[in-house]
Amino acid sequence: MNFLMMNIPLNITKTIHDWIFSIMPEMAANITEWVLIAIVYLALFAVAGLYLVLLERKVAAWFQLRLGPNRVGPWGLFQTMADALKLVSKELTSNDRIDKFLYNLAPYFVIVTSLMAMAVFPYSKQFQGFDINIGIFFLFAISSIGVIGILVAGWSSNNKFSLIGAMRSGLQTISYELSVGLSILTMVLLTGTLQLSEIVEIQRTGGWLILQGHIPAIIAFMIFMIAGTAETNRAPFDLVEAESELGAGFHTEYSGMKFAYFFLAEFINMFIIASIAVVLFFGAWLSPFGITEGITWFPEVIWFLIKVLIIIFLMMWFRWTFPRLRVDQLLTLEWKYLLPLNLVNLLIMAIVIWLNWTI
Amino acid sequence: MSYFSDIYNGIKTLLTGMSVTGGYFIRARKGSLTQQYPDNRETLKMFDRFRGEVVMPHDKNNEHYCTGCQSCEIACPNGSIEIIWDRAVDPETGKKKKKIDKHIYHLSMCTMCGLCIEACPTDAIVWAQNYENSVYDRAALTKVLNQPGSVVKAGIED
Repeated sequence: MNFLMMNIPLNITKTIHDWIFSIMPEMAANITEWVLIAIVYLALFAVAGLYLVLLERKVAAWFQLRLGPNRVGPWGLFQTMADALKLVSKELTSNDRIDKFLYNLAPYFVIVTSLMAMAVFPYSKQFQGFDINIGIFFLFAISSIGVIGILVAGWSSNNKFSLIGAMRSGLQTISYELSVGLSILTMVLLTGTLQLSEIVEIQRTGGWLILQGHIPAIIAFMIFMIAGTAETNRAPFDLVEAESELGAGFHTEYSGMKFAYFFLAEFINMFIIASIAVVLFFGAWLSPFGITEGITWFPEVIWFLIKVLIIIFLMMWFRWTFPRLRVDQLLTLEWKYLLPLNLVNLLIMAIVIWLNWTI
Repeated sequence: MSYFSDIYNGIKTLLTGMSVTGGYFIRARKGSLTQQYPDNRETLKMFDRFRGEVVMPHDKNNEHYCTGCQSCEIACPNGSIEIIWDRAVDPETGKKKKKIDKHIYHLSMCTMCGLCIEACPTDAIVWAQNYENSVYDRAALTKVLNQPGSVVKAGIED
């Protein structure tokens, strides 16, 4: 049982961590903490997923001068829960002659990668599940596994259109991952560390990174938002779901809860992209101008959530404003505009740091 | 050089679009376009040009304007209108004259194209604003438009 003794620094909050380790032997405390973290993160996942769907519907309605869901519960707050209940009760159908194993595996691929990515974010000073020194690298590696889930789903469905949808999605995600990676790299150049908690600590003294890096950081943020929106397969980059051509792309053949997994993962990915943006550019749980710096009881996670919600709102604003891109326009944007700009921006950032022009 | 002006114009037009939808977002709470249908059944008013179903208005003497010319029946592309007509002797002139016995309208087949109303020379049939047309029995959608005992208004047919 040596693997249980591995010194993986998992903790929900410092206080609970210390308390558990004070009342139990070390191995039992470790296991208890794993279970607790799993429960906390699953709950976070479910609540965030469900309420992001509701938020999306409400925001979409307001952008189009409609009302949105307002029947189930006060202001329609229970609408998505009712939807989830309906999806759970639905039959899980499948095509003839599918690759059963891969077909059933694909939704878990997509959802597990989202869950793993959520574990490393510093939600507040204490609340960080897994504080590794290669946090950014871990996020980047994990987010590229999601595309395998999409490709597997499309391939195993025994449906030409799903396959085409999966290919389009794969093409898009792999292309834009380059831009996401390079814009993150620009910020890593500025901070000089890959550990997320340390990136936050750097911002405590020197101001948020978008201010520290000024021009190259702002360009990096814009590129990150564009590429991040594309990576989550959201409009205006939702070529996967080109309605008139494909139905719903790679997940056409999925029904019930398996479909809901893809759907939830999409919204959780939006949350993840927004969280990365908040950690890298807007100081994660740090309050603006240090308003709540001295207040010990104030939950810093609130600042994190507010910033994340603002970024998510921005992404929703994109979705309900911009028309969908054609596939050649999508690739032109990435390979002719974002990638060269990103490389130049990386160079500018290096010069800015070299000449000490950071604020 | 058009590379950089493309980027500039792209960002500018995207921001223009976002300002339009952002304005909608702020105004959405004041007045949304959504009709809360079953709740506002009393106050809901349909538009003048709304095509609900074909009706035949009768005046207070139970007289209608339909002369039984069958233009509407011919104009209807899918046979939703059937006219059962008769000949009766006009008491004043003593001549035989065409009159409708039953003006039958199959709402279940009607596509609301409005050709019958266009074709009617005497404006005997018009669009009604009724929009709640769901019934349990299909037979309830076969309607006789002229009321029992009604006659054509004098002076229409000349």
